[in-house]
Amino acid sequence: MLVHNMLTALPPVATAPHPMIVDEPRLDDELDLDTPWVVIVWNDPINLMSYVTFVLQKLFGFSNEKATELMLDVHEKGKAVVSTGTREKAELDVFRLHEHGLWATMQQD
Amino acid sequence: MNLFRKGPFVLASDGTVTVNLDDDERGLLGHVFRELRELLLLDDDQGLRRLYPAAYPNDAERDAGYHALVHGELLEKRLSALDEVEATLDNTSLSPEQLNLWMTTINEVRLVLGTKLDVSEDDTDFDPEAPNAHAVAVYMHLGWLLECVVSALMGTLPEPTDNN
Repeated sequence: MLVHNMLTALPPVATAPHPMIVDEPRLDDELDLDTPWVVIVWNDPINLMSYVTFVLQKLFGFSNEKATELMLDVHEKGKAVVSTGTREKAELDVFRLHEHGLWATMQQD
Repeated sequence: MNLFRKGPFVLASDGTVTVNLDDDERGLLGHVFRELRELLLLDDDQGLRRLYPAAYPNDAERDAGYHALVHGELLEKRLSALDEVEATLDNTSLSPEQLNLWMTTINEVRLVLGTKLDVSEDDTDFDPEAPNAHAVAVYMHLGWLLECVVSALMGTLPEPTDNN
């Protein structure tokens, strides 16, 4: 079977500016040790809605209804908070989401 | 190719997943998986940027720390998933764990292909004359396959633990 190279043959992608919009600057660490971190999943045009819902159920043990609600927030409002906690917990959650190809970031709110 | 067969991934009553893919479809997957491995190993392509997103988009120092910590581990996990997926590419039956690795790997191909094709939410028209039409067709085909994988795996999830 002849298959043209697709991933490797397409021209390189120009470095796009990070399309993230983040507002306030970070507070000093000393001042906000107790402020919880939030993990945010952002909308992207590639991940399928069903895939995002499945990953949220798999990683966080959400019901299908809860995961669907969060996925729709991501899709319609552009983002959703999927977990909160210490910086260590948030970083682990972000890692697991990145492992599954979701666009996740963390910040202190 | 039997176009009117059962779904490509069917959850069987014994908890395994039956794979109904013919040789051409497996050949296509094998091809894109080899290309994914090539790009992952090069580890230097803007098409990979969706595989390693920023964790701290407004804090370059912390983000560099995060990437120093996880980049190697993400790469290692992706390569070991590729090993398993390639080893099971001709299987007619998969465990849910194996199909989960197929799922994340197919999704990684879509992320790279979608980034390189610069797809947007409004890309619904398919132009067969476009120079990248073949890649777009493969991207769409992988999207359909992934839908089928997710649908089969939905039945394997444990009871929810968080009902908030």
